[in-house]
Amino acid sequence: MKLREIISILEAEVLAGGENLDLNILSACGADLMSDVMAFVKDSVLLLTGLVNPQVVRTAEMMDIKVIVFVRGKNPGQNIIDLANEKGITILATKYPMFIACGKLYSSGLTGRGG
Amino acid sequence: MSGNSIKLHYEIPAEDFSIAGEASSNVKRILSQLGINPVIIKKAAISMYEAEMNAVIHAGGGTADIDISQEKIVVKISDNGPGIEDVDLAMQEGYSTAPDNIRELGFGAGMGLPNMKRYSDEITIDTEVGKGTTVTMVVYIR
Repeated sequence: MKLREIISILEAEVLAGGENLDLNILSACGADLMSDVMAFVKDSVLLLTGLVNPQVVRTAEMMDIKVIVFVRGKNPGQNIIDLANEKGITILATKYPMFIACGKLYSSGLTGRGG
Repeated sequence: MSGNSIKLHYEIPAEDFSIAGEASSNVKRILSQLGINPVIIKKAAISMYEAEMNAVIHAGGGTADIDISQEKIVVKISDNGPGIEDVDLAMQEGYSTAPDNIRELGFGAGMGLPNMKRYSDEITIDTEVGKGTTVTMVVYIR
């Protein structure tokens, strides 16, 4: 699924990055525990999280995760946005809560079986 | 790198969660510049990041020493923290002694040491209660 479709489905705001709207995402991971994120490696992953701190960006960096979605209308601070820009990571914010955001992407075809 | 190895040293600061992970980030960038396979880099980066976070969370910081040769990446994280009382228990997924303020950061899920074991090819834990812990992880490049 292309990044532009994800932005559209989640009615998301782009807070950092987002230059490559054709970026292809094959799988998604919804988690607030970063160690759980690190336990499950797939490629071309989107991370949805309700956790807002710089370690989310760090975790994404280590995992080669290119896109983070902050759910439930949470707005990251400038330090998080700056770190994401520095690392070339796209940050989206959606007003949808975790379950709904995941459900919308899954039912639109981002099932995680492809990657 | 023929015949030689690259040695890196970092101080891991205590309790500073805004810059925690900076050493791992640097190492990941250097491994990328060396042209090492991204799958290998990810294994080393995740292992080191979890160990670095553990030093920040549990031990008031520590040091990181990395040795990159043609054959392998060796990551050694040392601290002078409280040590691990029961290593077998600490290796179990879900077991954690992290306080609530750490859990709020998204860590302390009891996955740190299991993740280090999962992603490194070899792991050695040298720990003494009241003295500190040294975790040495090896990731083979070939």
